[in-house]
Amino acid sequence: MVSKKVVLHFSSKIASQPIVYRLVKDYKLEFNILKANIDYRQEGLLILEIKGEKDSYKKGINYLESMGVKLQPFSQDIVRNKTRCIDCGVCVPLCPSGALEVEDISRKVNFYDSKCIACEMCIKACPQKAMEVYF
Amino acid sequence: MAKTIEEINKKIKGGKAVVLNAEEIIGYVKDNGPKKAAKEVDVVTTATFGPMCSSGAYINTGHSTPKIKLGGGTVKINEVPVYAGLAAVDLYIGATAVPDNDPRNKVYPGEFKYGGGHVIEDLVAGRDLKLEAAAYGTDCYPRKELKTLINIKDLNEAVLFNPRNAYQNYNVAVNLSDKVIYTYMGVIKPGLGNANYCSAGQLSPLLNDPCYKTFGIGTKIFLGGGIGYIIWHGTQHNPGVARKDNGVPQAPAGTLAVIGDLKNMKPDYLKGTTMLGYGVTITVGIGVPIPILDEEILEYVSVKDEDIYTQIVDYSRAYPQGKPDTLGEVNYAQLKSGNITVQGKQVPTGNLSSYPKAVEIANSLKDWIISGEFLLTQPVASLPVAESGYRFGPLKERQVSD
Repeated sequence: MVSKKVVLHFSSKIASQPIVYRLVKDYKLEFNILKANIDYRQEGLLILEIKGEKDSYKKGINYLESMGVKLQPFSQDIVRNKTRCIDCGVCVPLCPSGALEVEDISRKVNFYDSKCIACEMCIKACPQKAMEVYF
Repeated sequence: MAKTIEEINKKIKGGKAVVLNAEEIIGYVKDNGPKKAAKEVDVVTTATFGPMCSSGAYINTGHSTPKIKLGGGTVKINEVPVYAGLAAVDLYIGATAVPDNDPRNKVYPGEFKYGGGHVIEDLVAGRDLKLEAAAYGTDCYPRKELKTLINIKDLNEAVLFNPRNAYQNYNVAVNLSDKVIYTYMGVIKPGLGNANYCSAGQLSPLLNDPCYKTFGIGTKIFLGGGIGYIIWHGTQHNPGVARKDNGVPQAPAGTLAVIGDLKNMKPDYLKGTTMLGYGVTITVGIGVPIPILDEEILEYVSVKDEDIYTQIVDYSRAYPQGKPDTLGEVNYAQLKSGNITVQGKQVPTGNLSSYPKAVEIANSLKDWIISGEFLLTQPVASLPVAESGYRFGPLKERQVSD
């Protein structure tokens, strides 16, 4: 079983086509929508957590790419800028999924992107603007 | 057998001073006992790195040709209005100033992307800044407009001068209402969603010498990555606040006014900061050396997070409406554990002040002293103490007759 977060970009040509439902119908994958957006240029953004058998997941991803969907793993998209971060910890209690944590002894802040659900609360609230979003 | 600052400085010059930071001293006293520690340790370095709104820098740009009177005119640096109510080419950049066209909280919560604090960081970092001015013109200063790039290396003076820094203790902010609030203590979630505090705790300068016995006006400090001095007590200095038996105040008490040469400071320790929905400020790094003159001082600097208490305050209604209610007391060990209990609920905590950066500053100051390049100074005057009756009061609003 694999569970991965992916960021999908749909061009205006395919944004109105039903593509993601095929992940369930044809590839037996579960998906959880973390973020969905269509902008003024009719381009779509979907951040999904996809779960299923390893083989089915690979086939599902290949299908998406063959339909022209641009895909990237989510872990690259919300980043803690280590130069700007001062390790204060004010982001920690704001994170709804526990993706930010203060280390017990050193009191430094760690960001676990695997737990991040892209709510972007930390991005808005960080006083040093140290959390950055790239999708 | 008490020590003097002069004796300690002799040891520093001779490379023989024993210097620890305010966290290390705790372990040292545990292992060696207070008597031995007071005898052997010469200096304990304290530090803090947190947002300090009452900060700013004054600069002298030098005269243009022909000359211009900026004083009494309007001046902006990188679109941020700066104070031009001094002499012709003296300006004061305040940390919380924002551009005229900044929407502030019109679209709530305001983003406050750039302001005085960021101008000071850019200045210290050696970047070119845009200065625009309009003046009314006089016979001796006829020019009425100026638009130029300026850089810290070309300024005659660039002096960090902060009327209030290094608050001795501060509240824990919570939100009892059902809507998220945006405050100078950060974003506070409704229904006791989080509890924000702001202190270096056991590393904090004024919490390590709570009755201001070893420092005062003229004390040499680490400021913004360079050298500074305590110049006065800070605004809102309130020494008479209730204290525990160990002398540590259990609510916000004393403050410092500090000054130093901005040209020798670093942007790592003077960072422009945005508080969402509140405004712009600057995060300042300060380090204060405490000379271990006797056992009493040693006892004060061995203070631990669990010995320092503060008050939990509701920032949704009680604080803005000026109601003195407190929801209870907590100590900094409890706050740092990640959760505190308020009204029977487990509330996750967040610190606005960076403890790791405070350790870094305390260690830098320690290195400066050990290397012999930083000698301690004897204060020329004390800060107002609790017994002086000096207090911080509210504004008495009085009617203005038109």
